[in-house]
Amino acid sequence: MIPAAVEHVRPETLDEALDALTDPEAKALAGGQSLLPVMKLRIVRPSVLVDIGRLGLGGVQLGDNELRVGALATWDTLESAPELKRPSFAAIAECAAEIGDVQVRNRGTLGGSVAHADPASDMPAVVLALGAEVVLRDARAERKLSAEKFFLGPFTTALAPGELITEVVFPLVEGSGSAYAKVEHPASGFALAGAAAHVTPDGKRSVAVTGVGAHPFLLPADADPLDALTEAEIYGDRFAPTEYRRHLAGVVVRRALDRARENMEKAA
Amino acid sequence: MPSSRTVGLVVNGESRSLDVEPRTLLVHALRDGLGLTGAHIGCDTSQCGACTVLVDGRAVKSCTMLAVQAEDVEVTTIEGFAPDGVQHPIQRAFVEQHGLQCGFCTPGMILTASDLLSREPDPDDATIRRALKGNFCRCTGYQSIVDSVRTAAAALREGDAA
Repeated sequence: MIPAAVEHVRPETLDEALDALTDPEAKALAGGQSLLPVMKLRIVRPSVLVDIGRLGLGGVQLGDNELRVGALATWDTLESAPELKRPSFAAIAECAAEIGDVQVRNRGTLGGSVAHADPASDMPAVVLALGAEVVLRDARAERKLSAEKFFLGPFTTALAPGELITEVVFPLVEGSGSAYAKVEHPASGFALAGAAAHVTPDGKRSVAVTGVGAHPFLLPADADPLDALTEAEIYGDRFAPTEYRRHLAGVVVRRALDRARENMEKAA
Repeated sequence: MPSSRTVGLVVNGESRSLDVEPRTLLVHALRDGLGLTGAHIGCDTSQCGACTVLVDGRAVKSCTMLAVQAEDVEVTTIEGFAPDGVQHPIQRAFVEQHGLQCGFCTPGMILTASDLLSREPDPDDATIRRALKGNFCRCTGYQSIVDSVRTAAAALREGDAA
């Protein structure tokens, strides 16, 4: 399969890239592990690919109050980044290690996955559970959006035309623990149900699920997560009908919460 | 209509230049443009791993990368593993351990194994199986491939000339 004809530009700077993205038919190309497959199927036919792959936006920086991860950080980088050994951020490394296969992890990026917003992709659940903000820039301005306001539907986000994800910022909660658990489709590797959990020493918890709805979503903070799942609108298909998927979601939520607590104890 | 353009590729240590359209996949550039047919097209949907090559030493599916993305980076194909007809230790291990039957998946298996062994010189079987998750073999049932990678790891650790 060969993608439809397309132009390719490789800007030298972020500003040049943002300028190129003002073309409404342009699409940013990072690692290409989500975009190229849909271009080969001709589901997506941009007229210009703005190749941001060499802009150097792949850093992982741990500050006093937050962790900043560049949009071009690959899964391979996140799987082994020393900053993510910290129990608060363990879910990021655990999740990255579960994505696809090594070839995909060598190329696939955080920003690309978040922008693509496949309803069964793994990392969006972690981004939600950890209360992260997505940093968006266009040629004129920068804005930050909470992950909860970012994912809107299947392959649909709050990314406006001309905007690019430059980084994802995770708040640092001292002494907390996080984890990611999934049951994957044995052929595709995508989550039939995935859950990310974050627990804090003062007893707060945050749980997000993926693969079970139109987009990854947070479970309500004020209810028991397993009770909340019985009320949630759950997607079903021939691989996993709604009630089975609801059951799987409960299983991965329990596993993620248990492991997040174990990780928190390691922090103590 | 986007025009083709000349890209500079470094393949198996050699600088090559090639006219490609921006949409040309790396696997097609290698096979049709440079005659390096060791990267196989199995599924063409980023699943089977038969087209795996190394990009700066890391395993990548060349059906899911554009040739223009490979501009000025080091690409290694299976042809680069035995440049003078002398088998690489990983290739030798696949022969010794019967790690192939039809051979279609073998270039991808060997290049993925190379990525693994450059990071983990002494992987256990679970690590080997995890590393090979993106490479399908429809002949062997994988056991002999895992044996091959383990044997290759031992040979490389003992300083077998690569």
